[in-house]
Amino acid sequence: MGLIDKHALIEKNATLLLVGSLLVVTVGGIVEIAPLFYLDNTIEKVEGMRPYSPLELAGRNIYVREGCYLCHSQMIRPFRDEVERYGHYSLAAESMYDHPFQWGSKRTGPDLARVGDRYSNSWHVQHLTDPRSVVPESIMPSYAFLKDKPIDLKDFSTHLVANRRVGVPYTDDMIAHADADLMAQADPNADTSGLVGRYPKAKVGDFDGNPQQVTEMDALVAYLQMLGTLVDFKNYDEAAGYR
Amino acid sequence: MRFGTEIVLLSLFAFAALVAAGFGVDEAFRQHMWVLFFAVAGFTAILLRNTELKLAAPVDPSAYMDGPIRYGAIATMFWGIVGMLVGVVIALQLAYPHLNIEPWFNFGRLRPLHTSGVIFAFGGNALLCTSMYVVQRTCRARLFGGNLAWFVLWGYQLFIVMAATGYLLGITESREYAEPEWYVDIWLTIVWVAYLILFLGTILKRKEPHIYVANWFYLSFIVTIAMLHVVNNLSMPVSFLGSKSYSAFSGVQDALTQWWYGHNAVGFFLTAGFLGMMYYFVPKQANRPVYSYRLSIIHFWALIFLYIWAGPHHLHYTALPDWAQTLGMVFSVMLWMPSWGGMINGLMTLSGAWDKIRTDPIIRMMVAAVAFYGMSTFEGPMMSIKAVNSLSHYTDWTIGHVHSGALGWVGMISFGALYYMVPKLWNRERLYSMRLVTWHFWLATLGIVVYAAVMWVSGIMQGLMWREYDEQGFLVYSFAETVAAMHPYYVMRAAGGAMYLAGAALMAWNLTMTILGYQRKEQPLPGSAPAYQPAE
Repeated sequence: MGLIDKHALIEKNATLLLVGSLLVVTVGGIVEIAPLFYLDNTIEKVEGMRPYSPLELAGRNIYVREGCYLCHSQMIRPFRDEVERYGHYSLAAESMYDHPFQWGSKRTGPDLARVGDRYSNSWHVQHLTDPRSVVPESIMPSYAFLKDKPIDLKDFSTHLVANRRVGVPYTDDMIAHADADLMAQADPNADTSGLVGRYPKAKVGDFDGNPQQVTEMDALVAYLQMLGTLVDFKNYDEAAGYR
Repeated sequence: MRFGTEIVLLSLFAFAALVAAGFGVDEAFRQHMWVLFFAVAGFTAILLRNTELKLAAPVDPSAYMDGPIRYGAIATMFWGIVGMLVGVVIALQLAYPHLNIEPWFNFGRLRPLHTSGVIFAFGGNALLCTSMYVVQRTCRARLFGGNLAWFVLWGYQLFIVMAATGYLLGITESREYAEPEWYVDIWLTIVWVAYLILFLGTILKRKEPHIYVANWFYLSFIVTIAMLHVVNNLSMPVSFLGSKSYSAFSGVQDALTQWWYGHNAVGFFLTAGFLGMMYYFVPKQANRPVYSYRLSIIHFWALIFLYIWAGPHHLHYTALPDWAQTLGMVFSVMLWMPSWGGMINGLMTLSGAWDKIRTDPIIRMMVAAVAFYGMSTFEGPMMSIKAVNSLSHYTDWTIGHVHSGALGWVGMISFGALYYMVPKLWNRERLYSMRLVTWHFWLATLGIVVYAAVMWVSGIMQGLMWREYDEQGFLVYSFAETVAAMHPYYVMRAAGGAMYLAGAALMAWNLTMTILGYQRKEQPLPGSAPAYQPAE
């Protein structure tokens, strides 16, 4: 056991021990994570992905803030039961603009990756306000306070700028109109042609049943209603996307 | 002047917090800065009341520095009770959803408080205080850097307070076990680097030629956590006076970075660090040398090398590329070997002293800890096999697995270390009561057994219900029906957790009385004192 005897060298030199263990623990991360940033096939080629509209992004921030990801996944696995229950299995491309990702790790409640368009706005508002009034078995907390909380409007464009700095392709046009777009998306009387041009398939209108005010409930429901609705699966080549 | 520089720096820090509270761009940030202001200002006030206008008495450089360790032991007890209590509360919330009080005490905000509370507040303080205890005694050297140890201790408590209050205010990055926002992360980085300097500096001035095996584990834990913490928390703040930031990575890359971190928070924070604890306290309490020197070398290097690869098993069958999932699975299965190497080394240290399990409840606790370590490091590789994972993922089985490791291994080895350390730190002849330790042991063990068994049943049931088809090819259960089926298990789980918490409360009582200098008048445990033989 000559090699083991040489270990005394490391045992007597703290610097060697420190550097040695640091080198040993970096290998796995470099081999597993680094290629994901440069291998072209990591993210499938799809049509329809776009950055979140300002209202959707604000809603997503509320989803993060309230810890929804602790009970709801947004990652449908390619199994028969999951695909039948929730829809097409999730693609990496569908979370390419998610900073941070919200795949989740636990399903205390159902998966939400494709919850968009499944229920009406008023169902969502009722469910978030009093979950057991629409799903008697539910153990979800109430989020009624969102209805009374006007959205924090202080210069929302800074959020788009921060996202652009980490790689989300927000254009100057999107950033310039961020605050106006945020209000317009939840206003049933607004002219939303510019908004829908910038963010195709964006759902517009009053979400929370209170057209007077843009609340956090508006934002959260707007986010939930677009989840999983962007990618056009008619044109998706499954074989090419497999990796 | 005693504490002169500290008071000036802390006052400036408090003033900066006050300015940030005034000019913060979002409401949560302003509230959070008020918390920071009151915490720092309160601490400054305490120092001001204790200051004296003469120079501090010189310290004896050959004496061990045990002050921070005493506070660390108390902090471990305190945060342990807090973290476990929040755990019982959120377990009850799942059984009785009316216990959610929106917005601050909803499940989604309390759950990170529980996980961070037990991992970083309870576990972190246990690691801080035992590592400072062990490194001094195995190096025969006083802690390096004067008051650096105090900075590490109090800086870490400030991190805990800021993280915990942030969760309740809804300030989170949503990265599991790394939820604090960017400014709290920066603070932790500063404290952690100071901890590394403290620990490494003490090793460098050691009077023993060899670095003891416990210190290898502590050192690799400190340096790896530094790497994981910095990389995983890279993010872009919206404003330097705001709480919100956006992760530097997105989607699939973000997911793997997070679980590379997340799994190694388990591997290095909750395993390597606590193995360091095992390598000192088990031999000391058993009064036997470590079983095998060679095994400790092999299992140390194999463990730290293999653990880092295991992260992708949290992402089986997701949109993570298959090659990464397969790598993660293979390395997770291999990880079984060094894990059991550590378990064998710990258990076999009792060779020739097995009778102590019967007579010494502290040894019994440590042995149970190592046994639970063995069980959960077998269950983990099994669950990382993709076929098993397709059933277990997203269910309570995972929660049960984590708790058999956290309650069984991390909790029990920390309790054992505290029972060993506290009488020595306060120069007490013995613990207040050994019978209370026995009670603690059985409450904790039964609590874990109830918890883990219930979560196995409910997790596997949940997974099977989700995928159950009838003969016509339709899904049998709606999601809501699977939620309803969980109710009795959620109630039983809360009961198991409450038993464990009750045991920890007994420990807090026992240690507090020990620190205060009381000794309970009680019958000695059977077999703990040699029986007198009648003269013949």
